[in-house]
Amino acid sequence: MGGPDSTARGILQAIGIDARVLAMLAALIAIWLAFHALTDGLFLTPRNLWNLAVQTSVVGVLATGMVLIIVARHIDLSVGSVLGFVGMTLAVFQVTIFTPGAGWNTPATIGVALAVGIAAGAFQGWWIAYRLVPAFIVTLAGLLMFRGGAWMLTSGRTLAPMEPDFQVLGGGLTGAIGAPASWALGLGASVIVVALALRGRQRKATFGFPVRPWWGEIVRIGLWLAAILGFVATMNSYLQPRTSIPMGIPVPVLILIAIVLAMEVMTRTTAFGRYIYAMGGNPEATRLSGVDTRKVTFILFALMGALAAVAGIIATARLNAGTNSTGELAELSVIAAAVIGGTSLAGGVGTISGAILGAIIMQSLQNGMVLMGLPSALQSVIIGAVLIIAVWIDVTYRRRLTRSPT
Amino acid sequence: MTQPLVEMRGISKHFGGVVALEDVTVNLFPGEVVGLLGHNGAGKSTLIKILAGAHEPDGGQILVNGQPVRIDSPRAARGVGIETIYQTLALADNLDAPANLFLGRELRTRFGMLDDDRMEQATRAVLDRLKIKLRSLKMPVGQMSGGQRQAIAIGRAIHFEAKILIMDEPCAALGPEETAMVGNLVKELKRQGIGIFLISHDMHDVFDLADRVTVMKGGKVVGTYRTSDVSQDDVLAMIISGKLPEAQMDLGGGR
Repeated sequence: MGGPDSTARGILQAIGIDARVLAMLAALIAIWLAFHALTDGLFLTPRNLWNLAVQTSVVGVLATGMVLIIVARHIDLSVGSVLGFVGMTLAVFQVTIFTPGAGWNTPATIGVALAVGIAAGAFQGWWIAYRLVPAFIVTLAGLLMFRGGAWMLTSGRTLAPMEPDFQVLGGGLTGAIGAPASWALGLGASVIVVALALRGRQRKATFGFPVRPWWGEIVRIGLWLAAILGFVATMNSYLQPRTSIPMGIPVPVLILIAIVLAMEVMTRTTAFGRYIYAMGGNPEATRLSGVDTRKVTFILFALMGALAAVAGIIATARLNAGTNSTGELAELSVIAAAVIGGTSLAGGVGTISGAILGAIIMQSLQNGMVLMGLPSALQSVIIGAVLIIAVWIDVTYRRRLTRSPT
Repeated sequence: MTQPLVEMRGISKHFGGVVALEDVTVNLFPGEVVGLLGHNGAGKSTLIKILAGAHEPDGGQILVNGQPVRIDSPRAARGVGIETIYQTLALADNLDAPANLFLGRELRTRFGMLDDDRMEQATRAVLDRLKIKLRSLKMPVGQMSGGQRQAIAIGRAIHFEAKILIMDEPCAALGPEETAMVGNLVKELKRQGIGIFLISHDMHDVFDLADRVTVMKGGKVVGTYRTSDVSQDDVLAMIISGKLPEAQMDLGGGR
């Protein structure tokens, strides 16, 4: 380390890209190209990428919270069931209790959904944090209880349809913001990226900390702008069926982006976020440092409940119905996304951005296999194998890292 | 005679039916190092955990600067100027040095966010005072040497201007050079008027650094002596037998 910048590692460091993120991006691109070839060019089309983005949003929203749960040395097996329970509850309120067609219906439904999700998470968090029942057990019980609860709400009956303004949240044909707004958001985001980079340099300079070289900064900003604007262009190139009107960014993807940003800011800039990582690294030391670790655990599970509620809103809006099976097995995709994204089950290590990449990889695999027409039994076998191999690569990589700490 | 920094009077503690401490009284003066000695299970760790706020005593009284205080949490202990350096190096290995140094007491910006820049700067200042050079403050402390990690734990106490320092086996995980470094740090802290409870198995370390030793066995204090008045062999005999050698019966207590 510390050598001239001509080495590959020096270059990556100057740009600020982690080797593991780069490896995941490479894997993602390889998967996309492979599916594109295997599906005779169906995969990398605007329509499929748009769908992929929408499909990723439910797992992505859940993954942002699951990373932190796993980082804090816990697990949440109940997210799929909480998602389903919230979805069913909100459908009951929207369809059978609140006035159909009323303007307040959808906002009130969203409020109910969030409240139910937070309550479900807080309930489990209380048992884990204050009654010291292991999270695995509490949330395994939650998996059963909330799935059963979802069925009991309507004796298994499906409730439909949802309000038109609620459906927008699911990213159906009405659920995108169109080209002009998409470009405006993309440009706004680009300006913010540049401004943040410049401000960061300035702050580092005032404190006399080392600053990344200019060329590295420019490459880094350039990659970000390419990603943002490339994404907007892709979403805009998917046209509404039988028209020439671009769809633009789907609403659920906007929700996902907003949540990722909020969660990133929370983990990086608040004491709560830092305590989650500290607990994962050394729970006893964190407690002895005067941190109320039980409260942190409790809030963390309540937060996971809120995220499950958001995922439940998106999934229900997308289905345009409340069903008691919504979100079944979602917990497995979400845990897999977090783990593929580099979250260590030993705790203390994991990033939200990594988990989102993991979610995109998981969803790409599922999407691609469906496009190929593989039977669902085979899909499960392949996903399982990928999970083992991803973690094996991760373990190997980490071991090498600790053997030569440079 | 100056007032003791800390007095723990008649402290008792039991876990279920097991008596961990029975009527234990110790004190500590400014600029003094008191060594706590005894076998595993003698009650040393329980005693300092009570002072550090990790356990609550079942009986007895703690006075800091002559004032009775209630120490019911690690935060309360820090509130009266007590900092603890644990044997197990109580650091979160996945976090960097500033995050560990300020854990539980993070500096905030005006908006209540973590002020990482200011914490990094303060960490650098403290480590400079301890003459510790680190290549990068941003690396996880798990990748640092035992001595560097111990310096961060000590730096934490110095930054927050501890009056009373508890060091539980500070050299257990360290090599000879690093042990010497910690020894020098202890002498420097003494000069600054900080009182230190030192727990160590290494009799040589204790006699090198401590002004007095308190020997414990079976949850009770066997006796307290000035290190200049007893030999290492006497103390060793007390640790093992739990009895005072006849000749030193009347040396216990103050100074």
